[in-house]
Amino acid sequence: MHILIVAGEKLGYFLARTFVSKGHKVTIINRNRQQCSRLARRLKATIVYGDGSDVQIMQEAGAGSADAVLAATVNDQDNLIICQLASFRFNVPRTLALVNDPDNEEIFRQLDITTALSTTRLIAGLIEQKTSFDEIINLFPIGAGKLNVTEVALTETSPVVGRTLRDIALPENSLIASIMRGGEPIVPRGPTTLLAGDRLILVTLPENYGPVLRELTGEK
Amino acid sequence: MPASRSYFVVIIGCGRMGSYLANRLSREGHSLVVVDIDSATFEALSAEFSGFQVEGDATEFAVLKQAKVDKADLVIAATEEDNVNLMVAQIAKKIFNVPRVMARVFDPKRAEVYRDFGIQGICPTVMAGEALLDLFTHLPTNAGGDQR
Repeated sequence: MHILIVAGEKLGYFLARTFVSKGHKVTIINRNRQQCSRLARRLKATIVYGDGSDVQIMQEAGAGSADAVLAATVNDQDNLIICQLASFRFNVPRTLALVNDPDNEEIFRQLDITTALSTTRLIAGLIEQKTSFDEIINLFPIGAGKLNVTEVALTETSPVVGRTLRDIALPENSLIASIMRGGEPIVPRGPTTLLAGDRLILVTLPENYGPVLRELTGEK
Repeated sequence: MPASRSYFVVIIGCGRMGSYLANRLSREGHSLVVVDIDSATFEALSAEFSGFQVEGDATEFAVLKQAKVDKADLVIAATEEDNVNLMVAQIAKKIFNVPRVMARVFDPKRAEVYRDFGIQGICPTVMAGEALLDLFTHLPTNAGGDQR
């Protein structure tokens, strides 16, 4: 696969190193001459010096034959234009943009970018997951928020503790996909009994999210 | 544009061009919001300017909402950066459904790609170039005469 990366020195270097080691052909566009010469010395990749959102530079970097473009500069606007030019002008099939503003994840998707990832949101989400003692953690939305995956911890006071799954009437369009018990995953069946301390991985539609959580935690 | 009807116009970028347009449109009776990342640029707005100023980065969605881009009849993206202008213009057009959107784009090639995708780019480079060429072709010829 030919991957075209537009990024600053550090991110560009480590991304390229990862892809090259997996056998991909990598081209980096970088707008700093010194950084370009350092990248060229350290990587088995093609380095192109210039503005990654310039049609001419993209052409020189072989955008026409790229399978994927990864726009990872520090500016959301540049990443948008890079991906759009790659897709509109060079028909690159897959484009991925990094964004700072979490709102731009959804906006970029509406503006024809295959994938937009907010580094801010990813990092904030990870920190929340790792430091939170909350009973409910929103893991991730799927399909632009049409499906939620949520982790719920059961406490002693939860009304479902001690009951089997088949006895619990969860609202429609919701599923307990997995149970983490003592650090081990269980794929639950009807006879599985829920215990305090279980962490349930829940799949719900947004409209059932509230009712399902109330059912499991007993909170109003 | 005579102010027979008053429009709500959002201008992104209060540099020389943005402030010129803002002052002029405000004087003609239109409602204006001007957005710039640097509040010092608002000093270029004249005493007659009666619109609102929003200090913020127009690539942040919340700033565009604050500037009420969703209510605008016209959005003009006139910052110094082509990519900011193209991004804001697309958000205005495709997310907020603003009826008229214009973006200043210095790079003629970039402007051309986006013209095919419905973003009207004003390219000062091409306009100035064409104007100069036009002057050139209309130069009065010397007595000796063979200038072409």
